[in-house]
Amino acid sequence: MTSTLTPVRKRSALTRGQLPKAAPYIVLAVALILGAAILALIGFNAFGWGVVSAILFAAGLVGWSLVVEGARKAKDKLATCLVVGAFLVALLPLFSVIWTVLINGLPGLLDPGFLTTSMNGVTGAFDNKTVEEGAPLLGGIYHALMGTLLITVLATLISVPVGLLTAIYLVEYGEDRALARAITFFVDVMTGIPSIVAGLFAAAAFFAVVGPGTKTGAVAAVALSVLMIPVVVRSSEEMLKIVPNELREAAYALGVRKWRTILKVVLPTAISGIASGITLAIARVIGETAPILVTAGFATTINTNVFSGWMASLPTFIYTQILNPTSPSNPDPSSQRAWGAALVLIILVMLLNLGARLIARIFAPKTGR
Amino acid sequence: MEQGTDAFVPYIKICRAPAAEASAPGARIPSKPKDREVTTTSLTKSRGAGHAGDKVFSAATLAAGCLILVVLFGVALFLVIQALPALVAPADKIQGGEGFFTYIWPLVIGTLIASVIALVIATPIAIGVALFISHFAPRQLASGLGYVIDLLAAIPSVVYGAWGVAFLAKEISPSYNWLAENMGWLPIFQGPASATGKTILTAGIVLAVMVLPIITSLTREIFLQTPKLHEEAALALGATRWEMIRMTVLPFGRPGIISAVMLGLGRALGETMAVALVLSSGALTASLIQTGNQTIAAEIALNFPEASGIKVNTLIAAGLVLFVITLGVNMIARGIISRHKEFSGAN
Repeated sequence: MTSTLTPVRKRSALTRGQLPKAAPYIVLAVALILGAAILALIGFNAFGWGVVSAILFAAGLVGWSLVVEGARKAKDKLATCLVVGAFLVALLPLFSVIWTVLINGLPGLLDPGFLTTSMNGVTGAFDNKTVEEGAPLLGGIYHALMGTLLITVLATLISVPVGLLTAIYLVEYGEDRALARAITFFVDVMTGIPSIVAGLFAAAAFFAVVGPGTKTGAVAAVALSVLMIPVVVRSSEEMLKIVPNELREAAYALGVRKWRTILKVVLPTAISGIASGITLAIARVIGETAPILVTAGFATTINTNVFSGWMASLPTFIYTQILNPTSPSNPDPSSQRAWGAALVLIILVMLLNLGARLIARIFAPKTGR
Repeated sequence: MEQGTDAFVPYIKICRAPAAEASAPGARIPSKPKDREVTTTSLTKSRGAGHAGDKVFSAATLAAGCLILVVLFGVALFLVIQALPALVAPADKIQGGEGFFTYIWPLVIGTLIASVIALVIATPIAIGVALFISHFAPRQLASGLGYVIDLLAAIPSVVYGAWGVAFLAKEISPSYNWLAENMGWLPIFQGPASATGKTILTAGIVLAVMVLPIITSLTREIFLQTPKLHEEAALALGATRWEMIRMTVLPFGRPGIISAVMLGLGRALGETMAVALVLSSGALTASLIQTGNQTIAAEIALNFPEASGIKVNTLIAAGLVLFVITLGVNMIARGIISRHKEFSGAN
């Protein structure tokens, strides 16, 4: 009997000419092994291993796809590899920065008295002693921490009312008037003002009005407000816009005045988004260096009066400790203090970012479901 | 929204006026006709306690809005006033002794070099990251990954500067030696390479890291706005994912990409601390791997705290130049964005 039906397993026409599902994993394993082998020849390091393996992986997968699947699919694979690669490359500096700050900053931060003492009276002689004789590291960031907090609080007190009221004007009263359009446009432009120009503006304004050389915490707060107001306006505007119109109409239908509607209905509905937007704005300006540098100068002593005298802040503290170490011959103690301050600053910013997310979640209006 | 509040006021007028009239029977003439007379105007123009609140509140919001315009105008005005002495001063009084424009133009060129390096590095990576988050990453992960990239924007610039000078410059200087030896025939890689790595190329790389999250978040938003029907039509015709992106997402997003890059440029132009800390500044040179060059912002930050007299005015004038450049770049970028909004219907 002639065999008409031989049970030959053929791949379905639909899946023919495709790479097997496990192809990326196979190529990855081969690339990692090959990469390790190549790096072993020229001296092993983890970073080089990652880079070589990634290139081998991309080349291998695209080449295999080109042979089996054809040029179009191979191009698709190449694009996927490049896009994922771009993402991984973007993560590198993030982890590198956080790692560098953690490693260098922890010794400074764990130093007793780092958070509770100022740099008052700490001279290069003390730092030389620390390096040469192992004396304890003196000096801390208390003055800078106080300065940062005071300047930021004052800037927030200026920016939030102005920013929030402007956002209310734009959403509730603007009605697409020329003035509202102009404000929207210039707020957008303001977000692009370089921070140092904002600092120069505040300095120039106070030089002209109060007197040349006026450098106080208040000037710095004005400079930061110039940077902060547009951020507050933009985020509050977005939040007010998504308040459902039915809520306003229900209030009007009950005969409630417009301003009471805004205060009692619109704002409470949007408060979570507004609060988190303000927190993010604070996080943005708390790390600004350049405007404070040109407006508040830098001090080594504790100054809690924002209206007189130079004032230290965390960013300018980091900047001066790196650029002009307290002891020019032994910069290590200064850089340790700078990294400690950088760690404190990053922790502050991250807490504010996290706080913004929490605020958004906690105060989010109850949806009834 | 704007129409909502607007359209509602006449609605109240229509509804409430007849009701009020109906409650006042025509047979009985009111004792005080002027008090009882109910018209549409008397209802909408009432002088109740809340009326003052309305006036005060709307005036306050209007004042806040105008204050912003005044502030921006003030930025320009005060900068001009304080810059004027430097602009009109005799040439030998300005630093360098040859007048303000001889002083400022190497700084402008240096600023442009640093920004261009930053954009050349950041733009392709940022577009890749934006595509990854909008079209490649699993849907559940996408927003989390976007947040991670946004964290890059949260790190203060002075920390980037410290990282650049303490970590990046050290790690990257061997590769500058390699560039100087092997690509030295190119003017931009002319040796001898800086031993410390504190060059304009390092500063440009740090700037690239700083503008990356800005370009990424803007292009991501634009890519997500691509009409779903376009994408699905391309896929239904058998396009691979990359072909779909090239046929629908990128053409749709092109104006958005351009404006995002320009906003990134605005940030890179004005960024101060990274350059001030990383770059070991000097005279204008073409080589990117030698010490030299300086940007406007870093020049101001380094010299302003100790400056006095005409030097202050010179630096403020430099700030004015920077302000004008960034203002121009930002206005063009915003113009492109708003025009794009109108014709695409995307919002």
